[in-house]
Amino acid sequence: MSSLRILVGCKRVIDYAVKIRVNAGQTAVEVAGVKHSMNPFDEIAVEEAVRLRERHTKDPASGSPKVEEIIAVSCGPAKAQETLRTALAMGADRAIHVEVDEKQAANLQPLAVAQLFRAIIEKEKPHLVILGKQAIDDDAGQTGEMLAGLLNWPQGTFANKIDITGDNAMKVVREIDGGLETLSTKLPAVVTTDLRLNEPRYASLPNIMKAKKKPLVKMTPADLSVDITPRLETIKVTEPSKRQGGKKVESVDELLDKLKNEAGVL
Amino acid sequence: MLAPIRPAALRSLTRQPATWSQQSSVRCFSASSHKLATLLVVEHKNQTVAAASLNALTAAGKLGEKITALVAGNNAQKVAEEVSKLEGVANVVVADDAAYDHGLPEVYAPLVVATQKQMGAKHILAGHTAFGRSILPRAAALMDVAQISDITAIESADTFVRPVYAGNAIATVKSIDPIKVITVRTTAFPAAKTNAQAAAPVEAAPSADKASPTEWVSEELSKSDRPELASAKIVVSGGRALKSKENFELVYKLADAMGAAVGASRAAVDAGYCDNSLQVGQTGKIVAPQLYIALGISGAIQHLAGMKDSKVIVAVNKDADSPIFQIADYGLVGDVFKILPEMTEKLAK
Repeated sequence: MSSLRILVGCKRVIDYAVKIRVNAGQTAVEVAGVKHSMNPFDEIAVEEAVRLRERHTKDPASGSPKVEEIIAVSCGPAKAQETLRTALAMGADRAIHVEVDEKQAANLQPLAVAQLFRAIIEKEKPHLVILGKQAIDDDAGQTGEMLAGLLNWPQGTFANKIDITGDNAMKVVREIDGGLETLSTKLPAVVTTDLRLNEPRYASLPNIMKAKKKPLVKMTPADLSVDITPRLETIKVTEPSKRQGGKKVESVDELLDKLKNEAGVL
Repeated sequence: MLAPIRPAALRSLTRQPATWSQQSSVRCFSASSHKLATLLVVEHKNQTVAAASLNALTAAGKLGEKITALVAGNNAQKVAEEVSKLEGVANVVVADDAAYDHGLPEVYAPLVVATQKQMGAKHILAGHTAFGRSILPRAAALMDVAQISDITAIESADTFVRPVYAGNAIATVKSIDPIKVITVRTTAFPAAKTNAQAAAPVEAAPSADKASPTEWVSEELSKSDRPELASAKIVVSGGRALKSKENFELVYKLADAMGAAVGASRAAVDAGYCDNSLQVGQTGKIVAPQLYIALGISGAIQHLAGMKDSKVIVAVNKDADSPIFQIADYGLVGDVFKILPEMTEKLAK
């Protein structure tokens, strides 16, 4: 393997800056008419794939493999194609959309997504799969680990730095609870991105135009022979308990006095 | 005006394991009810049980099943003995092998699966930490079951409560899988206690495939004498308004005057004022201390996700319209560079 094929996952989620609302029936959060965008961790995944290509082209003497192709994959409703076009505009070469209808998409769970990805990976045979460490909607943080388990591939989760050191070797610096940890592993592998891995680029207008012409293949879970039946049933979704807005104090003395005598926490 | 923290969780501290969970699990899995069991995957470092595992043990206790604790690592015997004395642990299985050092999921997940198979565990729990989050989903996939991440409450043997959308919605989910794989939000459950009188029996864990493509190379831990962020009683956090790494020293000084842990907003971490591992929020640490002091932090959704269950929140910010003031119990509008030294000085007295 002197060239590297990278597969990246992108999820369409409610934009991170939106203040979400629980629907009246307490069955889900309101999604209609709400701004969506690519999951921030997935933007980092796409960016890292593109940077690996740039890095390895610029430095051919390093002996690290050239990135031959970047494939962006999204599982979700028809609108997930917008997310894939964003990935293409950032530098992915082609896209695969596993289309599920709106209703199923609302309850498409990490295990099902990992199984869909496995089916695609068995066809596309990438050497490296980069996913976000978690989606900011379900906050599950499972898909990458599950996928690595299903494929029996090594995993480098919460990546802070990725270094392809040779045809079959990779170093990953991970963000762990007390600091950072470095692992060395083999390819193929699954990596999940942490916030500090990179700063994603904005797609330029010419690249957005070009992305419209890049290939995007549609398929269904049935095409991949994957059963996406949810294993978790959502009983209800509620608003978190509201905190009472507190009071303003005028001085440090007043603050310390309140903390000691009113709140009793000092 | 201060709501007590999670009254349900506190109440249950003093209660026996609820009987409903046994009943409902018997209903669900009558075929195997004779061996209802829970597996706790214990995290440890430097021969000490991680605090998160003590919280996860309390959560495991609420299921009302027999709890087996899995301890793996090089020279794991001492940790196993420590675990055997924890209240609620019925027995301990040990995989004493250097392959399990550093918690590599490639070897740990097969061990969890082998242990589950041998003991017939219906529930597998670990703390929602970097360790638990790396291993449990992999193990769940190997068993073809879902995982339930970061639970904050247990409603019954198959129904769990977990925050979604950065804690802006609370979902109650029911699992239809035969095995429930769960990571536990540590701040939502009190730590289990040591019960030195009765040490649980310790036996060897089943063998599992130890071949791993991954090798641990090194780690770089931020050294600190301060309390651990996730379990500290007081947390002092700094944000973008600190403006530099040098100024961030003011946050450390206040923290030291109070015996507090130090946290930070993403902005402060990204700007390099402090270490990554101090980030509080949706993608960093979740904390729920008695007192959380936010200094120069505006209060973005993602930050609030990590600290809004604190008992008392104090905000110091020069912008009176900052969202942080909407959730702060006490707000002080002003310049952090004036207020911080003054607070430090007055608290040091």
